[in-house]
Amino acid sequence: MTSLPSQTTPKKLGLVIDLDVCVGCHACVVSCKEWNTGGYGAALSDQDPYGPDVSGTFLNRIHSFEVTPEGGEVVGEAGAARLIHFPKSCLHCEDAPCVTVCPTGASYKRTDDGIVLVDEDMCIGCGLCAWACPYGAREMDLAAGVMKKCTLCIDRIYNETIPEVDRVPSCVRTCPTNARHFGDLADPGSAVSIMVAERGGMDLMPEQGTRPVNKYLPPRPRKPLAAKAVPAAEDTRGATGFFAWVDDMLDRI
Amino acid sequence: MHPALSIIAFTTASGLGYGLAAVLGLGLLDPASVATKIAHFVALALISAGLLSSTLHLGNPQRAWRALSQWRSSWLSREGVMAILTFVPLCIAAYGAIFQSRYLPIAGLLGTLGAAVTVCCTSMIYASLRSVQAWHTPLTPACYLLFAGAGGSLLGLFFVASGGGNVLVLSVLSVVLLVAAWFLKWQWRQRMLSQVPLSTPESATGLGFIGKVKLFERPHFNDNYLTSEMGFRVARKHAAKLARLSVLLGGVVPVAAVVPLLLSGAVTPALTVLLAIVAVLSHAVGVLTERWLFFAEARHAVMNYYGQ
Repeated sequence: MTSLPSQTTPKKLGLVIDLDVCVGCHACVVSCKEWNTGGYGAALSDQDPYGPDVSGTFLNRIHSFEVTPEGGEVVGEAGAARLIHFPKSCLHCEDAPCVTVCPTGASYKRTDDGIVLVDEDMCIGCGLCAWACPYGAREMDLAAGVMKKCTLCIDRIYNETIPEVDRVPSCVRTCPTNARHFGDLADPGSAVSIMVAERGGMDLMPEQGTRPVNKYLPPRPRKPLAAKAVPAAEDTRGATGFFAWVDDMLDRI
Repeated sequence: MHPALSIIAFTTASGLGYGLAAVLGLGLLDPASVATKIAHFVALALISAGLLSSTLHLGNPQRAWRALSQWRSSWLSREGVMAILTFVPLCIAAYGAIFQSRYLPIAGLLGTLGAAVTVCCTSMIYASLRSVQAWHTPLTPACYLLFAGAGGSLLGLFFVASGGGNVLVLSVLSVVLLVAAWFLKWQWRQRMLSQVPLSTPESATGLGFIGKVKLFERPHFNDNYLTSEMGFRVARKHAAKLARLSVLLGGVVPVAAVVPLLLSGAVTPALTVLLAIVAVLSHAVGVLTERWLFFAEARHAVMNYYGQ
């Protein structure tokens, strides 16, 4: 069971995350924790939840990075840093190293849609899969002693008892800026595939040979601040009618 | 990587145990000697203690038997299977020595082979992880095998000396294996210290096309499972010192203790035993230090997301 599917899965369900749009509000973190603590498998426990050393299990975390361009770059101002919020959850890799290291068969990649899951009744909590994952997508739940990871909200996406609009992962449904998208990345005509093709969606750490399914859309180029040296509010050229008269009168006073 | 005490104790104890079992399997000890009978018992005890200690870090140890099922893909599973399979020839060989004072060549040699394969599987658990670049090299299994062999022959030397036997063969074997083990270990460490990181914050975020990537804010203020399991840093401060100490205790002292034994008649039997004890204990402390550094110094790719 811990061998990877021998053929490419017919569907490759995954996320496309838009780094240009994410504002780092952590709504997806909260919504993920809320849904998954009561959903598939053991609850996502917290340790010392009201104490000074609070920690807990999360399947999705947001990092923030400061990226400083070197020289005259098209993105951002030369020398001026750009802040990029970076949501990170399981990438449901095609060559998932976390699956093949599992000694018990608890960790597996589904042959039909490519979702990487943990069968918690079989997991012994050895932690080797978390070591094998270069992305830090797996976290051991210290209360249940089993490995937790993003399930792509498998209990939502195929759930016919909830409205169709809700049949997407919780993080996607909740994102207030629409930075997270869910779909089939094996289908070149799907909205997510088109987005990846148009925006140059990228793999994280391609050198690790994991072939992630999830893609990240790079931040769009930004106009340098220097291009707007004169604040727009002080430029009245082109004003006509009443406003032109007021402008003219006020200039004379 | 976090140096879990249970894993360090496991790899060190089982390494020594399998090393001793391999030496016993080669028939280098007099099967009629009481010391050899005790040696068989000690080898099995070290291996068992090591394997039991390895289950201590599991979240659900009651399901540990499930780890025997995935030997086709997982090195951890292979290790478990090989450990159990190897017990069969080791127990038969121990029975022959303890109850019949006989050396059983087939069981012995199969035990030696099984011990080597088991240690190799243990080391491949680490060497197979691309996410920990320092471990991902054939030097890792080579070092584990040589350390097990060196520790085993030092222990064998101690038991031969205790039984009043001829220590020449095991003295030579010990010196050769110690020198080889520490030579390769030094290569291993130089490789780790000089390697260009495979993954960087730039490749981890894909943002290298804009410029230099620096962590601005972690996901949460406190540590989480990932930072405490994969982000251990305490060792770094004294790493160079500890590495030198491990070579001194694990290599230089044992070699210095064993070399006089090569000169036949130069050392009294009592002093031989004493030197063997010094060599074994010093080597064990040296290897424990080496094993601790093996984990504590290794950097995991996920730390690219945590600014470490």
